[in-house]
Amino acid sequence: MTSLVIAEHTNSELADATAKTVTAATALGGDVHILVAGSNAGAAAEAASKIAGVAKVLHADDAQYDHGMPEAIAALVVSLAGSYDAILAPATTRGKNVAPRIAALLDVMQLSEITAVVSADTFERPIYAGNAIQTVKSSDAKKVITVRTTSFAAAGEGGSASVEQVSSDNPGLATFVSEELTKSDRPELTAAKIIVSGGRGMQSGDNFPMLEKIADKLGAGVGASRAAVDAGFVPNDYQVGQTGKVVAPELYIAVGISGAIQHLAGMKDSKVIVAINKDEEAPIFQVADYGLVADLFKAVPELEEELGKIGL
Amino acid sequence: MKVLVPVKRVVDYNVKVRVKSDQTGVELANVKMSMNPFDEISVEEAVRMKEAGTATEVIVVSVGPQQAQETIRTALAMGADRGILVKTDEVVEPLGVAKVLKAIVEEEQPGLVIVGKQAIDDDSNQTGQMLAALLGWPQGTFASKIELAGDKINVTREIDGGLQTVSLNSPAIVTCDLRLNEPRYASLPNIMKAKKKPIDEKSPADLGADIAPRLQVVKVAEPAERQAGIKVESAAELVAKLKEAGVIG
Repeated sequence: MTSLVIAEHTNSELADATAKTVTAATALGGDVHILVAGSNAGAAAEAASKIAGVAKVLHADDAQYDHGMPEAIAALVVSLAGSYDAILAPATTRGKNVAPRIAALLDVMQLSEITAVVSADTFERPIYAGNAIQTVKSSDAKKVITVRTTSFAAAGEGGSASVEQVSSDNPGLATFVSEELTKSDRPELTAAKIIVSGGRGMQSGDNFPMLEKIADKLGAGVGASRAAVDAGFVPNDYQVGQTGKVVAPELYIAVGISGAIQHLAGMKDSKVIVAINKDEEAPIFQVADYGLVADLFKAVPELEEELGKIGL
Repeated sequence: MKVLVPVKRVVDYNVKVRVKSDQTGVELANVKMSMNPFDEISVEEAVRMKEAGTATEVIVVSVGPQQAQETIRTALAMGADRGILVKTDEVVEPLGVAKVLKAIVEEEQPGLVIVGKQAIDDDSNQTGQMLAALLGWPQGTFASKIELAGDKINVTREIDGGLQTVSLNSPAIVTCDLRLNEPRYASLPNIMKAKKKPIDEKSPADLGADIAPRLQVVKVAEPAERQAGIKVESAAELVAKLKEAGVIG
C-alpha cells in the first residue's frame, strides 16, 4: 500500500493542509509520498521532505503546474498513478478542483471531504452540509480522496525524504491569466482559527466595522449569515452556511444571527460557539457554548473593551 | 453556440434533513424537493447568455427519477429551451452522472456546459470536473464570472483567499459558485409557456453509460449532537469564560 498526497503550496511555502492530508494518508497504512507540482517550488518540495512519515517527495517543476492548473496536474498525476493505491488531496479549492478530474481519468469514484478513515477502503464523510454523516466503502481498486483538513491534525516535522524530479506533457487546454488575492490582514474564513460573524441583527453593512474591530483584536476572520448577505450588508464571500463556506474554527462568535438551519450547517462543527442575540428564544442558543442575551449594539462595544482589558 | 445545463433534484435547502432510524439514509418521503441551488445559478447564467445573444439554445438535462421532470420544467420556466430526462430510479454517483452527460454532450455538441459546483445533498463537488476529464475538455470551476473572448472562455474563479482568472479553450466545462448571479423567479406566464416546451426522455442504457455504483453506503448517522451551553450575564463574564476555555488570550 502506497499513497500519494498532492501538496497544497504557494511554491515558496507548503500549506498546513498538506501535513494534515499526510495524517489521513498515514491512517490508510503503508508508505506516503508527496507530489509538489509547481513553478520554482523547490522550497515547498524541501519543506514536504521534512514532514514526518513521508518516504519520498516527487517534485514537478514547470510553469504549466503553477497556480494549481488542474488540466496539467491531473495529467501528471495520472502518469504517476500506476505506482499508487490511493491518491489524496486536501479539500481546498485547489484539491477539490483537481481530484475529481484525476478520479474520472482513472475511472474511480472519488471520496469527497472525508472526516475519518475507518479502514483502507471505508471512510466517513459529511453529507447535507454536515447534517448527516455517511460511512462509505469504496470498491474501486485505487482510491481518490479529498480530505477535510479541519478533521485531521497536521503531521509533525522530522522526516528526511528523498526528492525525485518528475514531469509530464502539457495538455494545452487552459492558461492562467491572473490572480487577485484578498490583501486583508484578516485570515481567510476556511483557514481562520477564530471567526466573528454578523447576521440580520446587524441592521446594516455600516455596522460591520464594529465586528471587524473585535476580529482584529482576536486575529479573527469576519463572516456573515445568508440573511445578512441577502440583505446586502456584506458581499457573498462572507457567507457561512450550507450554500456558503463550511467552517470549523476553534472559536465562532455569532452576533445578531438567529441560527437558521442553513447557517448552523456551516458552523456547528466549531469547537466553541458564542452567540450574542437579544432574542432569548433564538435557535442559535441551542448550539452555543456561551450565550449572551443582549442588544448587540451595547454588547459588542463592551466585548471590545473587555478584550482590551486582557491585553488584546 | 448551444449551452448544456445539467440540473439535479435535491431536498430543498430549507428542509432540516432527518436520518432514518435504520441508518440507511435520510428521510426523503414527504420532503419538499427543489432544484439544487447551484444549478439554478447555472440555468440563470445560460439563460442570460441566450438573452445576450451569445447562446443559441439552452438545453437542460437531469439524471434521476420521473419527478426530476419537475426540476427540468422549473429550468424551462426560467427560460431554457428544451429538456432531456435521463430516467433512472437508481442512485447515480457523480462518476455515473458524468458518463451519462458525456454521452449527451456527444449527441448535442454544446460549446459550453454550465453546471452547479456541488449538489447540496451528497456534497460531492465532482460532476463538472469529471465530465471535463472524460471529454478531455478544460474546466473552470467555482466560477463567479464567465466571459466569452473569441474562441476562448475566460472564467474568474473563487479560490481560497481570493479570485483567479483562467482562459479556457472552447468547448469547456464551467461550474458555478454563489456569486456568479442571482437566479430569477419564473413568472406565471413563463411557467405556463414552459409546459409546452419539449422534454425528451432517455435511459442510461440508451446512452451506453455505465452507472453501476462504486461506493457502498455502510450507514448514515446523525452527527454528534451539540449541547446547549450556559448563558453569561455580561461581556466581561464572556471574556473570562473564553479565557478559561483557552480559546482567546
